[in-house]
Amino acid sequence: MRIYLYILVMAGVSYAIRALPMTVFRKPIKSRFIQSFLYYVPYVTLAVMTFPAILHATQSQVSGAAALVVGLAAAWLGADLFKTAVACCAVVFILEFFL
Amino acid sequence: MLLDKKRELLAGIRDGVPIGLGYFAVSFSLGILAKSVGLTPIQAAVMSLLNNASAGEYMGLTMIAAGATYWEMAVATLITNARYLLMSCAMSQRMDPETPFRHRLFMSFDITDELFGITIARPGYLSPRYMYGAMIPAIPGWMVGTALGTLAGSVLPLRVVSAFSVALYGMFIAIFIPPARKDKVVAVLVVLAFASSWLFSWLPVVSALSDGTRTIILTVLLSAGAAALFPRKEQEVTGA
Repeated sequence: MRIYLYILVMAGVSYAIRALPMTVFRKPIKSRFIQSFLYYVPYVTLAVMTFPAILHATQSQVSGAAALVVGLAAAWLGADLFKTAVACCAVVFILEFFL
Repeated sequence: MLLDKKRELLAGIRDGVPIGLGYFAVSFSLGILAKSVGLTPIQAAVMSLLNNASAGEYMGLTMIAAGATYWEMAVATLITNARYLLMSCAMSQRMDPETPFRHRLFMSFDITDELFGITIARPGYLSPRYMYGAMIPAIPGWMVGTALGTLAGSVLPLRVVSAFSVALYGMFIAIFIPPARKDKVVAVLVVLAFASSWLFSWLPVVSALSDGTRTIILTVLLSAGAAALFPRKEQEVTGA
């Protein structure tokens, strides 16, 4: 029972964090600065989360680095989400046979 | 119109599959921790179904193990998951004003790093159905992986876990590279984000902060700097 209460507290706070801005900011924010800031947020936050974390997501930093290079190259050459993900996955899967 | 909705849903499912597989593999270790803290497989599944947050759930389990108060649990969850506030703000500005309110409530439920990324990476207004499509493999992947982790421990070969976890990073890369290719400001931001994130991972003081907190600090600093120096034109802010 105690565990379920803990889980409910966690879930309630997590949902509130996610739902508050979405439900409160229902009109476009007029400030050009805020608009620009929010335009850049997704790219910056995902880039920050990718590196150096990708190097530590694998058994060996070498395969993580290889996945990073392959992912960057694939995305640069126009691979979509799915293909880029599969390319990164495949590189690590193959490399870790040998490492 | 109906076809459009169906197509959006199917596109979401397609992009959600690698996310679901990644979640499945990564959440095993969460399940192993859940078991060591004393959660049953059902409790672990409920926790993952309702939270959908990796670092947040790790923190929560640590708090349960430490016998924290509910208040402490709430504060720890708030801090660990605070980056979702920022993501939710960004999403709120990309919603079609005509979209019924309930979609904001449902979409909010699964704002994770990955689902936020793929949903906002699509041009124009956000598509609720695309996001729901992606939730179809993502939510069970995360939930079932956590539950199996408590039951079976680490049954997946390490190589498979490695491979699936980089799939998630691969998706991030596929989201920020296309705009970086088209726009020098975004390209420079990505380079700065890599460099500063690497610096923050070992510099004294800041490296002691949690990953989530460092992500927020760097995101706010870099995005605000770019917004001040290179404000977007009106029509650019809605199309990624």
